[in-house]
Amino acid sequence: MALSRLTSRSNTITRPFSAVFSRLISTDTTPITIETSLPFTAHLCDPPSRSVESSSQELLNFFRTMALMRRMEIAADSLYKAKLIRGFCHLYDGQEAVAIGMEAAITKKDAIITAYRDHCIFLGRGGSLHEVFSELMGRQDGCSRGKGGSMHFYKKESSFYGGHGIVGAQVPLGVGIAFAQKYSKEEAVTFAMYGDGAANQGQLFEALNMAALWDLPAILVCENNHYGMGTAEWRAAKSPSYYKRGDYVPGLKVDGMDAFAVKQACKFAKEHALEKGPIILEMDTYRYHGHSMSDPGSTYRTRDEISGVRQERDPIERIKKLVLAHDLATEKELKDMEKEIRKEVDDAIAKAKDCPMPEPSELFTNVYVKGYGTETFGADRKEVKAVFP
Amino acid sequence: MAALLGRFCRKLSFPSSSHGARRVSTTACESETGKPLNLYSAINQALHIALDTDPRSYVFGEDVGFGGVFRCTTGLSERFGKNRVFNTPLCEQGIVGFGIGLAAMGNRAIVEIQFADYIYPAFDQIVNEAAKFRYRSGNQFNCGGLTIRAPYGAVGHGGHYHSQSPEAFFCHVPGIKVVIPRSPREAKGLLLSCIRDPNPVVFFEPKWLYRQAVEQVPEHDYMIPLSEAEVIREGNDITLVGWGAQLTIMEQACLDAEKEGISCELIDLKTLLPWDKETVEASVKKTGRLLISHEAPVTGGFGAEISATILERCFLKLEAPVSRVCGLDTPFPLVFEPFYMPTKNKILDAIKSTVNY
Repeated sequence: MALSRLTSRSNTITRPFSAVFSRLISTDTTPITIETSLPFTAHLCDPPSRSVESSSQELLNFFRTMALMRRMEIAADSLYKAKLIRGFCHLYDGQEAVAIGMEAAITKKDAIITAYRDHCIFLGRGGSLHEVFSELMGRQDGCSRGKGGSMHFYKKESSFYGGHGIVGAQVPLGVGIAFAQKYSKEEAVTFAMYGDGAANQGQLFEALNMAALWDLPAILVCENNHYGMGTAEWRAAKSPSYYKRGDYVPGLKVDGMDAFAVKQACKFAKEHALEKGPIILEMDTYRYHGHSMSDPGSTYRTRDEISGVRQERDPIERIKKLVLAHDLATEKELKDMEKEIRKEVDDAIAKAKDCPMPEPSELFTNVYVKGYGTETFGADRKEVKAVFP
Repeated sequence: MAALLGRFCRKLSFPSSSHGARRVSTTACESETGKPLNLYSAINQALHIALDTDPRSYVFGEDVGFGGVFRCTTGLSERFGKNRVFNTPLCEQGIVGFGIGLAAMGNRAIVEIQFADYIYPAFDQIVNEAAKFRYRSGNQFNCGGLTIRAPYGAVGHGGHYHSQSPEAFFCHVPGIKVVIPRSPREAKGLLLSCIRDPNPVVFFEPKWLYRQAVEQVPEHDYMIPLSEAEVIREGNDITLVGWGAQLTIMEQACLDAEKEGISCELIDLKTLLPWDKETVEASVKKTGRLLISHEAPVTGGFGAEISATILERCFLKLEAPVSRVCGLDTPFPLVFEPFYMPTKNKILDAIKSTVNY
């Protein structure tokens, strides 16, 4: 089960198999057991075991996909500075383990809904680099046809519900999706993701109450990167134990920089949600960039702190050490893989740059359902400028 | 495109004294002294003065402690202490509700909502609590000390959620006031008036002008009266009404129209609720034509209210239908922003077609 899922996913993320990766992946698929770095802290439930079942293939895939995500985010940084990406751009580098660990534990029928830091989650859900860069640069081939931008990535086929700009607004939506899943007996769950800043929004507690009341298969995932834009968590929350905030809803605190801990927690959460109802997961993670590209990220935290986390807890380094320890690849092979990834990202950017912008008539499409035929006026109300299709 | 470029080189230099029906009756315009300041510095000065002159005033909101995302609150926390200038968690509804309570106890609560696009969770508190408090308690209680400040409007690359102009929603609520300044000097005077006004006020700041607009701003404490519109440019052929950042675009259109022999009168409404009907009426009775322009979508925008009222008052004097040059009826777009915006050329076209009706 794991193998077919992994290969099908790698088919969509990576175009033709890279030379190094295909050679490595064709090696044996022996199961490997990995211990998480830290134990889980539980609230109102029994924590899962620290031993995570994995395989060499999964380990390599983790490395490759996380390296791809990291490269993609850094490339987006340069594109933004070159003014090819306009608007707002919130980068996920440092938090890749959450996206990848979650994907490893679930299927494409399980829904994910998140806030605006969504590039890597989209990639994890099967999005292509071309769609990512096209959408960031506002081109036609983007996943939202160029009309959404960085904050609004969606992928219906993979049950990825986006991509939301307003903080906290996606959580009640996630609970609604969970209700629909329960109603249609799909045996699927919804992961509603939000940050430590959003954890103080009232609508979150409203949604949580509803989920608990009706035993919905909703998993609320707090990606705690310790800063709500520029505000440290201890300045914003009386209780920064976000996994306990559910009160009557069980919670689990997870080391969000350890992809295997995330995978174990999500697997545990999915089983719990299908059986008993909502659960909160707090992912203890960190972002290297500032809140967005307009934020240098160093006015509210020290550079030492950032480099400290990068040295001690970097998720990709962790996986790299595991890969080397289990003798699945040599240092040189991993470096070659990173070079291939770099090239892949550069190619995707070049292709996206060639893609045209959406047609001006697209300004008026999809405001209402097609065929509604509403009129819209231009600058001067005397003249009908367009009829909404 | 030219209009877009025009927006990037905006240095306002409105005349210090105003002509026309209403004269700004404070010392602000008499004195030309002052330093050149941009909009966020002017607002910052106003906040410093407000906190200095009233020991029971407080400034709070998301990230205001270090100066705020637009630097409007720099230096306040250092000067007045963390008990008076403090950060709130990310909860707009809670922030405004909290501000209403604070104001109900006789304090001046100056709330910052980080972007006007995020004001909607607080909409219930503003409409149902703040606006009706005095009314439903028979004047026993009021939250007049409440002032809500929010940056609004397009900024060139804001997209759906950093560019909205929600003033029309609030203009529909009796019990609150809605004020929008056009320039740094106006902003300082208007903000001080709003803070000291004994009614709850929503103060929208045009974010595009935070750094772009630079003007001589007097350093002393001065207030510009609310509900008084100002004629900032005199003319005879057509009256143009606007507010906030849009006025600069309209002024450019007026200059272009003048080259074609059309003399335009430009009015800054300043306070949208309650708005100065008399000034606009007097102007339209003189010119016989009216054009309103705002960034918010045209359907249901505040231009509709102005149009309907002027139609009632000046029907026989009107030479042409009232023209509205506004944003399109779509969500605020991402890459399509230049098409969506009411640009100088759209306004110019509308001026010409109205005059030649």
